[in-house]
Amino acid sequence: MRHHMCLLAATVALPFLAQPSWANMVYVSNEKGNSVTVVDSKTMEVVKTIDVGQRPRGITISPDGKIVYVCASDDDTVQMIDTATGEIIGSLPSGPDPELFTLSPDGKTLYIANEDDNLVTVIDVESKGVIAEIPVGVEPEGMGVSPDGKTIVNTSETTNMAHFIDTSTHEITDNVLVDSRPRYAQFKPDGSEVWVSAEIGGTVSVIDNATRTVTHKITFEIQGLRSEQIQPVGIRISSDGKKAYVALGPANRVAVVNAETYQVEKYVLVGQRVWQLAFMPDGKSIISTNGLSNDITFIDTETDEPIKSVTVGQLPWGVAVAPN
Amino acid sequence: MNGLVMKSTVPNTLTFLFGFFLLFVNVSELSAQQSPANQTAKPVVDIRIGYLRAYEPQLALSVLDIPPRDEGLAGANVAINDNNTTGKFLGQKFTLDVEETKFNADVVPAFKEMIARGNHFVLTDISAKQLLAIADLAKDAGVLLFNVGATDDILREKECRSNVFHTAPTRSMLADGLAQYLVWKQWRKWVLLYGSHDDDKLYADAIRRAATRFGATIVEERLYEDKGTARRTDSGVVLVQQQMPVFTQNLPEHDVVIVADESEVFGSYVPYRTWTPRPVAGTAGLVASSWHPASEQWGGVQIQNRFAKTTGRRMLSKDMQAWTAVRILGEAVTRAKSAETKQVEDYIKSDEFSIAAFKGQKLSFRNWNWQLRQPILIGDGHSVVSTSPQAGFLHQFSELDTLGVDRPETECKLK
Repeated sequence: MRHHMCLLAATVALPFLAQPSWANMVYVSNEKGNSVTVVDSKTMEVVKTIDVGQRPRGITISPDGKIVYVCASDDDTVQMIDTATGEIIGSLPSGPDPELFTLSPDGKTLYIANEDDNLVTVIDVESKGVIAEIPVGVEPEGMGVSPDGKTIVNTSETTNMAHFIDTSTHEITDNVLVDSRPRYAQFKPDGSEVWVSAEIGGTVSVIDNATRTVTHKITFEIQGLRSEQIQPVGIRISSDGKKAYVALGPANRVAVVNAETYQVEKYVLVGQRVWQLAFMPDGKSIISTNGLSNDITFIDTETDEPIKSVTVGQLPWGVAVAPN
Repeated sequence: MNGLVMKSTVPNTLTFLFGFFLLFVNVSELSAQQSPANQTAKPVVDIRIGYLRAYEPQLALSVLDIPPRDEGLAGANVAINDNNTTGKFLGQKFTLDVEETKFNADVVPAFKEMIARGNHFVLTDISAKQLLAIADLAKDAGVLLFNVGATDDILREKECRSNVFHTAPTRSMLADGLAQYLVWKQWRKWVLLYGSHDDDKLYADAIRRAATRFGATIVEERLYEDKGTARRTDSGVVLVQQQMPVFTQNLPEHDVVIVADESEVFGSYVPYRTWTPRPVAGTAGLVASSWHPASEQWGGVQIQNRFAKTTGRRMLSKDMQAWTAVRILGEAVTRAKSAETKQVEDYIKSDEFSIAAFKGQKLSFRNWNWQLRQPILIGDGHSVVSTSPQAGFLHQFSELDTLGVDRPETECKLK
């Protein structure tokens, strides 16, 4: 069942080019395994497995790298892991069935999508208190925050919208219609655009943050695959804003998109059901979670070739990397 | 309203008042000029959806299989709520207008009343015969029908209509979905036990067609005559335990027993009571359906939770078929940016149309008979066993078209 293409590719890649200079810990949430796998980015080996709550999905790390936050969806909570000890040190109220969240750039506020209640819950991380609950569309999912922290974007999967929320008032200011089942929202590092993936629609909508209108629609074509199999989910955009990576779900590939021309430049075959992505802090590689292959793949962002796949827990979903 | 006024540039009081006046006389035109950023005061468009159903209390061989009072209807109501959650951002308000009749009743008067009440979109959960009694009437009145209940192939074939969309799968789609799984399992030798009512025979026909299509062999067929028997008797179980082995005695070698008993006369009695120990599939045992109350894949948990919370029970196939039809209308009104019948119809019939319904891929209509193409779930009473189409059943256009009557074989001439 496992894909061996990526392993094969790893042997021909130039390891010294590909190896990041820092050893960063990579945290992977395993949806079916109820665990978080910790991988050393330098050795690309599993160093630890941490048992967490039921159905861990969304995962992120504090800007200082001290705390990993995991949505334990079926336990209706967000768990906090101390990265120094690997122990769970507490939990945050999350509202029911948290799936994805985003942390404000200053690390103080967590914005959580509650799928069952059509709400976005805003949590103050320090006091662990609920600051606000914002009604949004049906099945809120993706959460993106602008680099200046002033705007969050939530996507609702059955309403098919990106909701722009002002973080000072907690009010929706704009609703932008996108394609079917929007899964993920990602701001460009300069805050000029928000990219929203539509899993069933098979597209990525580029929304201009100034006018809040869709300016480009990126589509994907892979020879030998039907359009239904191409289901964009996770998105990451490089810090210079030039390149974007889009996880394509059951198409088993990550698309490399020129973020200035919106053209797809390459498809990188990684593993089955590619879900989420995270850059290494130096930007030299990006990691994909491959749910049905039970592994993650390190991709070299210079060559856009897979470097190595590492087996993690059951059904890897999200990934977060400790900062330098 | 405040948002609108505050965002206009107001040089003096007179223009301010004039602007305010305009706001009252032509709200829709004014808001249409607003940029998407200022959509706090959208005018509300009312979209009425009719739901015409035939209902009578029914018995089943197992009390667990008795259809709930609001089967189907509950799915439509959940979808109305979903559409309205979206609608609050877009200025849409959906309402459901329900009309109930009996199984063999004349549905024309009820339907005419629905037309008179201004329904342009009507979901139907009625028999094929009843649907045909109103289909052309609907067309003349400019009404689009969404068949959420009838699985009869004839409605998509000889008796297809250009104003009737089908979210319910056909018997042939269900039989093909089941057949693909059985063939994938290498259970190719089938025995077919079928009931004596018309619907049972139609299901049996679909099974025979599926066997030929996917390389299975029906080694023997047996008819179970309905001689009229109470479904609920205190000691009936003792009799059944004697009857079923005898009914399945002396069959040629076979891998699986297929039951065609939509009428609930004997099907549920077959599993575990066959003469030779064999798995049972069809309308009992392993069943093909458009939805399963335990399906949680592809975001299904969310609709299941939403449905259970609203209705207090699990979501059944007909609920999903009705949910999908109402969502199709919600999606079409939003994308077409119009609630006018013509615009909605054009959008649904366009290549751009697709709908997400928790089945792992987008669903679309077959443009030769307006049947919704969809994966078929294969499950027993407790869990989903598989989903068809099975891997390896290829198709030049869409793997979903390996299920049911395909374009080259269709007898439908849309009119």
